[in-house]
Amino acid sequence: MKRLAKWRFISLFAILALVLSGCGEPYLSTLNPAGEVADTQYDLMKLSTLIMVGVIIVVMVIFVLVFIRFRRKDDTIPKQVEGSHKLEIIWTVIPILLLLVLAVPTVAATFKLADVSPMDKKNSKALVVNVRAHLYWWDFEYPGQKIVTSNELVVPTNEKVYFNLKSADVKHAFWIPAVGGKMDVNTENVNRFWLEFDDKKANDAGNLFYGKCAELCGPSHALMDFKVKAISKDKFDAWVTAMQDVKEPLKASTAAASEGQQIFNKSCIGCHAVTPANKMPDTARIAPNLSNFGDRSRVAGILEHNKENVKKWIKNPETYKPGNLMTGKYGNLSDDQIDALADYLMGLKVQE
Amino acid sequence: MSTYAQKKGFGATLWDFLTTVDHKKIAILYLIAGGLFFLVGGLEAVFIRIQLAVPNNDFVSAGLFNEIITMHGTTMIFLAAMPLIFAFMNAVMPLQIGARDVAFPFVNAVSFWLFFFGGVFLNLSWFLGGAPDAGWTSYASLAIASKGHGVDFYILGLQISGFGTLMGGINFLVTIINMRAPGMTYMRMPLFTWSTFVTSALILFAFPPLTVGLVLMMFDRMFGAHFFEAAMGGNTIIWEHLFWIFGHPEVYILILPAFGIFSEIFSMFSRKRLFGYSSMVFATVLIGFLGFMVWAHHMFTTGLGPVANAIFAVATMAIGVPTGIKIFNWLFTMWGGSVKFTTPMHYAFAFIPTFVAGGVTGVMLAAAAADYQYHDTYFVVAHFHYVIVGGVVFALLAGTHLYWPKMFGTMLNETLGKITFWTFFIGFHMTFFIQHFLGLWGMPRRVFTYLPGQGFETANAVSSFGAAFMSVGVIVMLINIIVTSVKNVKVGNDPWGDGRTLEWAIPSPPPFYNFKQLPLVRGLDAYWIEKMEGKKGMTPAEPLGDIHMPNSSFLPFIMSLGLFIAAFGAMYHVDKVSWALPVMILGLLITFGAMFTRSVKDDHGFHIHKEELMDDDDKGVKA
Repeated sequence: MKRLAKWRFISLFAILALVLSGCGEPYLSTLNPAGEVADTQYDLMKLSTLIMVGVIIVVMVIFVLVFIRFRRKDDTIPKQVEGSHKLEIIWTVIPILLLLVLAVPTVAATFKLADVSPMDKKNSKALVVNVRAHLYWWDFEYPGQKIVTSNELVVPTNEKVYFNLKSADVKHAFWIPAVGGKMDVNTENVNRFWLEFDDKKANDAGNLFYGKCAELCGPSHALMDFKVKAISKDKFDAWVTAMQDVKEPLKASTAAASEGQQIFNKSCIGCHAVTPANKMPDTARIAPNLSNFGDRSRVAGILEHNKENVKKWIKNPETYKPGNLMTGKYGNLSDDQIDALADYLMGLKVQE
Repeated sequence: MSTYAQKKGFGATLWDFLTTVDHKKIAILYLIAGGLFFLVGGLEAVFIRIQLAVPNNDFVSAGLFNEIITMHGTTMIFLAAMPLIFAFMNAVMPLQIGARDVAFPFVNAVSFWLFFFGGVFLNLSWFLGGAPDAGWTSYASLAIASKGHGVDFYILGLQISGFGTLMGGINFLVTIINMRAPGMTYMRMPLFTWSTFVTSALILFAFPPLTVGLVLMMFDRMFGAHFFEAAMGGNTIIWEHLFWIFGHPEVYILILPAFGIFSEIFSMFSRKRLFGYSSMVFATVLIGFLGFMVWAHHMFTTGLGPVANAIFAVATMAIGVPTGIKIFNWLFTMWGGSVKFTTPMHYAFAFIPTFVAGGVTGVMLAAAAADYQYHDTYFVVAHFHYVIVGGVVFALLAGTHLYWPKMFGTMLNETLGKITFWTFFIGFHMTFFIQHFLGLWGMPRRVFTYLPGQGFETANAVSSFGAAFMSVGVIVMLINIIVTSVKNVKVGNDPWGDGRTLEWAIPSPPPFYNFKQLPLVRGLDAYWIEKMEGKKGMTPAEPLGDIHMPNSSFLPFIMSLGLFIAAFGAMYHVDKVSWALPVMILGLLITFGAMFTRSVKDDHGFHIHKEELMDDDDKGVKA
C-alpha cells in the first residue's frame, strides 16, 4: 500500500508538470484568451477553479486524516454516532455561500455575453457577419459590406463583431476557442452573439485563429475547421475594398491558369461562385465562395495551402473529408485538367 | 417445491432462468446481460482510444467512428449501467426491506426480457447495415438526416428496453411502499433501499419524455411525419428539450443507487451507523427533485437566451449543496470508525476524491457563461466520465464484490479484487484527467481524428495508454469471477462479518422464499442491533406458516420476443419490402396474445407448506 501511495504521488507530479508546461496553443486554447469574451470566460474559470480547489483541500484533509487515523486495528466496536446538527449546518451553509460567490458573476457575465442590442439599432455601425454552416464548410457573409467569403473569416481587431448564425442542413456549432465560447448553429432559428478580437493577442497568434465546429454533424465533423484572420481595422477596411472591387471573376494571368478557368467555368461554377458580391440568397450558396481562394491559409479548411494539396483535394475530396457534398459532382477530370484548375484557383487573389 | 434444491442439467437450468419470476434469479440475469453489454461498450471505448491515440489515425473510418461513439454511449448508459444497477436493486432491495419478492414478480420478468430484447435489437445493427451514428443524444437534425437503418435501431431498441425500465421502476416503488417487513418504517430503510425508491420515482417521471421523443422521431423517420424537420415547420430544439428532460434525471437514476451502495459500504466497513442518516435521506430526495429542474444546462449554447441560462445555471449550482452534504456525511461515517480496507472499501474510498473532482467540474460547467467554452469539448467528456465511471462504475464494481457472496454464495478473491481496483483506478485517472486539459486547449468532443500541430498529441497518447490499464483491470476481474466460481467455496450468512442490514441475516444465497418468517425490525441497521445484543439472527415477526409463492412463466419471454419481431417489421416497412407489414403484425399478435393469455388464464401461484419449511431448516439453495 505504502509503495503504491508513493507511485500515485509521482504520477500526480508528472501530471502537474504537464499542466504547468502548457496552456495550449495561442491560436486555439481557451487558456490563452484573446478578446473580451474569452477574457470574461477565463475569469469565471479561474474564480470557479479557485473556489473548487478550496473545497477539494478541505475534503482531502479530512480524507487523509481518516485514512491515517481510523484504520481497523482491533475488534472493538466504535461508538455509534447518529450525526451532528452543528456540523451538518456548517457543511450546508458554507457551500451555499460559496455558490453565491460564483453565481453572481456568472449571471452578470451571462447577460453581458448575450447583449446584441447594437445589432437592432437603426443605422448601426456595428460590423455584422452572417454565418451559414454547411456540411463541412462555413459561409461568411458581410451584409453591410455586401461581400461573401468562405472558410476563412476576416475580422478587424479591437472591435465588437456581431454574428448571425444559421445552418443550411444539420445542427453545427460555431467556436473560436481562443476568442470566445461557442454558439450552436441551429436549423430553424438564427442565433446571435458577439466576439471581440484583441489586437496584441492576435499578433501573438500570428493573426490567425483556429475555428471549429463543436456539434456532431456527420462523418467529417472533426474536419469542419475554419480559420479567422484577425487584422487591424485599416487592413480590414483595405481587404473589404479589395473584395468589393472584384465585380467580375478575376482573369487568369498565365496560359495554364486560363485553361483552368475554362474548365472551372464548365465544371465548377454551377456550385462555386468566384465573385464576392452578395447577389444570391444564402440558400443558393451551396458551395464555398472561391473569390479570394489564393489568399487563404488552408485548402478546404484543413490542408496546408499549396498547389499540390489543391490538386489532391480536387482529385478525391472523399479521402480528405468523408461524406462531403462535393464528391462526384463534377465528373472525371484528367490530371492535366486538375493541374490547370489548381493553377487558376491558386491565382485567385484579391490582395497582393 | 423441494425440486429447487436438486441438481439440474444445463437444459433444466436454462429453462429455469427463461421462466423464472424470482427476484434473485432475475438479478443474476440482469448481472449477466448487463455485464456482457458492459464488455461490448468497453471494447467500443478501447476502439475509440486506439483511433485517437495518434493524430490523423485511420484505425477506423470517420463514419464507423461515429457509430462506435454512439453505441459506446448508448450501450454503457442504457444496456450496461442501468441493468447492472437493476441487478443489485433486484438482488438486494427486497432482502433489505424483509420482503419475499418484489410486488409483481411476473412484471419483473417482463421488465428484464424487454430490456434484453431491446438491447439485442440495438446491437444487431452492427450486422444489419450499420449502427446508429448520431451520438447517444441523437440530436434530431442529424438523426433525421442519417442514412440507412442505424438510427431506426436506436429508436426502436430504446423504446423496447425503455418499457422494461419503466415497468421495473414502478415495480420497485410498489414493493417499497407495500412490502416492508413489520417495523421497517421509511426512516429505518437502508440507504440503498432509499436510493432505489427515489431512483424508481425518477424513472417513473423521466422515461415518458424520452418515449415521447422517440415516438415522434419514429414517426418522422418511418411514417412520414415532420415533427423535427425545420423546412416543414418542425423544430429540432423540441427534441433537445425532450431528450434532456429525460437525460438529466437519467444521470441521477445512475448515480443515486451508486450513492446507496457506497453508503452501505462506508457504514459496514467502518462498523458505524451512517453519519447523519436523516440528512442523507433528505439529500437523496432533494437531489432527485432538483434533478428535474436543471435539464437546460445541457443546452446553454442552444440559444435559449440569458434569462433561461441564468436560471438553469443557478439551479444547477444548487445541486452541489446536497451532494456536498453526502460527501461530508460519508467522511464522518468513517471518522471515529474502525475502517477495514476490503475490496469494496477500496472502491468506496477512491470514489470520494474521484467524485469530488467530477462534482467540482460539474459546478464549473454550471457557470453558464464559462460553459460556452466547455460545452461539447473534451472537458465535458472528462467531467461526465469522472462522475459516471468514478461514481457509477466504481459502485458497480464495489457492489459486485460486496454482494457476490449474497448472490452466489461464494466470495470473490480479495487479492485479485485489489489488483483489479488498482489497475482500473490508475488507468481511469490516466485516461480522463488529462482530457480536462484537452478540452480547455480547444479539442471538441466526438471528433474521429485531429490534425497534428494543435498541441493535442501527447495528451491523447497518455489518455489512450490509460485505457489499456482499465482494460487489464476488467480482464483480471473476469479471471477472478471464473476462478472463484470454479472453486466455489461456500460462505455463511454474513461473510464480511460486518453486515448491518437484513440481507446479511439470511443464508447466502437466500432460499427462494427469502425469509421463512418475516423479521421484526427494531431500528436502523436491523441485523446489527440484534448482533450487538448477542443474538444469532432476527426475531421473527410472525409464527411459522404457509408461504404463498408465484409460479414460473414463459410468457414474459414471449411477450418481449413479440415486440422484438414487430420492431423488424416496423423498420423495414420504410424500404417497402413485402414481408415487413406481416412481420410487424405477427410480432404484435404474439405480444398481445401473450398478454391476453396472461389476463384470462388464472394463475394463483402455489403455497409452501409449514411442514416443508420445517424440514428445510436453513439450508442454502443453489442459485
